[in-house]
Amino acid sequence: MTLAFAILAVLAVASALVVITHRNPVICALALAFNLVAIAGFYLILDAQFVAMLQVIVYAGAIMVLILFVIMLLNLQAEARPRSSGVFQRWLAPLGTAAFVGLLARAIALEAPPAPGARPPGYGTAASVGQELFSRFYYPFEVVSLLLVVAMVGAVLLAKRRL
Amino acid sequence: MVEPRLVLLVSAVLFGLGVAGVLLRRGAITILMGIELMLNAANLAFIVFARQLGHAEAQVYVFFVMTLAAAEAAVGLAIVIALFRLRETTDVDDVHLLRW
Repeated sequence: MTLAFAILAVLAVASALVVITHRNPVICALALAFNLVAIAGFYLILDAQFVAMLQVIVYAGAIMVLILFVIMLLNLQAEARPRSSGVFQRWLAPLGTAAFVGLLARAIALEAPPAPGARPPGYGTAASVGQELFSRFYYPFEVVSLLLVVAMVGAVLLAKRRL
Repeated sequence: MVEPRLVLLVSAVLFGLGVAGVLLRRGAITILMGIELMLNAANLAFIVFARQLGHAEAQVYVFFVMTLAAAEAAVGLAIVIALFRLRETTDVDDVHLLRW
């Protein structure tokens, strides 16, 4: 378990680094897909099988295909200057980000995580998540389906040349 | 059993890399990818706490975040396509009409 965690952690962080540093957007997108699958692996070792499958199907499948499709539709080449030009962004942004992660790490190290609770049988299966989703979270679920319709209409409206 | 703090640390590092990607890159699509990295880091933290507390509730939140990410990607990429039609570029440094 610890070995699997170490491998996944290295893979996730390395692929995230490729995403934010590589010049070619296609390589970035493929590294992001790799990162998403590594995170699905984390979900598996954390007993969330259903969410892991959703991650692979929805994220690494659908969303990544959408992003790759747009990159290839626009025929984007490797960026000549991938980094932002502003002095503020070039130097202050990495420092600020490092300070932010340091702060988060300090908070994680100092604060004890909540005491482990008893996991009910069938934890993380589609049945247990679906039970929650269609009982306590029924109205949020409906709102989210409305959000998807709005996003779909908005995407068509924005990307269409002439209505 | 994996130590939850280590997973939270990985999640924090991934979030930081996402922030760095959004701040440092010029391409609009790579900026969107940075946002996806941040959303995933948050999801990972949700799953760690769900497991620690033994609730399936946080897994439902992850489900909602994924739906939101899909909607965001669709609208964001549509904006990128509209921008490309207008300016023949996806470089955000060339789109500075609203910048003071």
